[in-house]
Amino acid sequence: MLRPNDTKGKLIVVEGIDGSGKSTQIDLLYKWLLSKGYSVYFSEWNSSALVKSTTKVAKKSQTFTPATFSILHCTDFADRWENSIYPLLKAGVIVLADRYAFTAFARDIARGNDPRWVRDMYSFAFMPDAALYFRVPLDIAVERITGSRAQLKYYEAGMDLGLSESYEESFKLFQGKILNEYDKMIDEFGLTMIDGTLPVKVQQKKVRSLIRRVLEGFEGLPNPEKKPIAVDNPQAGKKGKKGGK
Amino acid sequence: MANADFYGAGFPYRDFGKLPGKLIVLEGTDGVGRSTQVSMLRHWLEEEGYAVADTGLTRSELTGPGLDAAKSGHTLGPITMSLFYAADFADRLENKIIPALQAGFIVLSDRYFYSMIARDSIRGIDKNWSRALYGIALRPHLILYLQASVPSLVQRLIHGRGLNYWESGMDLHLADNFYDSFVTYQTQIIKALEELAREYNFVTIDSDRDPQEIFEDLKRPIRLLLHNRLTKSERPF
Repeated sequence: MLRPNDTKGKLIVVEGIDGSGKSTQIDLLYKWLLSKGYSVYFSEWNSSALVKSTTKVAKKSQTFTPATFSILHCTDFADRWENSIYPLLKAGVIVLADRYAFTAFARDIARGNDPRWVRDMYSFAFMPDAALYFRVPLDIAVERITGSRAQLKYYEAGMDLGLSESYEESFKLFQGKILNEYDKMIDEFGLTMIDGTLPVKVQQKKVRSLIRRVLEGFEGLPNPEKKPIAVDNPQAGKKGKKGGK
Repeated sequence: MANADFYGAGFPYRDFGKLPGKLIVLEGTDGVGRSTQVSMLRHWLEEEGYAVADTGLTRSELTGPGLDAAKSGHTLGPITMSLFYAADFADRLENKIIPALQAGFIVLSDRYFYSMIARDSIRGIDKNWSRALYGIALRPHLILYLQASVPSLVQRLIHGRGLNYWESGMDLHLADNFYDSFVTYQTQIIKALEELAREYNFVTIDSDRDPQEIFEDLKRPIRLLLHNRLTKSERPF
């Protein structure tokens, strides 16, 4: 399973289905922690440029199978883990991750991979100090995504699973399966559930009070000038934009 | 005719049905002459009337470009590198090897995941993690291990394609020159492969000899396999 964090840094992750509002919340959290003088680093799911060049090819030609899809997402995560997340945690940084291993546990298993196999693959990573799960009912999440996005993409809609001919119908069914997997993980991993239907401000208040508790007695790497941490690998791309991946 | 038999869970979302073909793996370290033997075996088997497909590591369309980029500069950690190879392996297995076996081909695989475990174990990767990762792997019908000594590898490579960065394990900073690094690295790789040979029932072929002699020795277990006469110690399961 996931290892305990044995570094002096803190790892905080947000999880939830597309349209749960988690990216908005982590963005606000990031700015707040930075303003408090902490050293904070933000890492986004599926953002390593090296792996992107591969996933781009595969997504275009739709040659992913559930297994290769799963391994390549773990490759992306491992690249970020080895090159930034792990060394920065060692240095005493607060690392914020928009999606983490739980995303793989939900999506890859919804795609039909073996649950044990996927969990073992991520066993080099830490159990986060805080794992916030933003839960919204399926219809609200789907409404948020289909209302704001011009067109759903093939894998995003879970078209590879052959659930339905219609992108929108397939997306709904796929997100429903993912939501199911997330719900199962609340107890398994002790995810902290936050009601994603509450007003943004109310959610953020809860998030901050939770994180305040996690950071009690935490010193970390000083950041008197309140500077953001640059992405250390120039090929690794820019800081995340909003919206699910 | 048997159903697919995997080391772990395999690909649980797919039923491959019966696999009438045979999967034969050639293992062995760099410069041991695997590709020469694969092409000799292919010709021989085709003459005997079998349909043959061959495949090697890192040749899939999916991860070829990424692996090349990785090798040419971008610093990849050992876990990332290992997963890149695993993605490639999964792609080849699912999209090339298994379909060929379904069609009744003899598939000659130039290396399999055992090489990956060997190279990863030297780079500090947990063996149990690697083994679990390759739970997707199909059990081969026969694993032929080309066993060579380091001096014979050196002789073959220096008079052949030369010592290269990766085959010398230069990324591990074992020595300040290719030769010393190659000797240290390949000694470790061979030791790891020998352990895997016992664990996975490789059929060991002495490869400190000329290609024709090795070829003759490789034909014997393959003939036995094709006539269902391999002994228990020669079968991977």
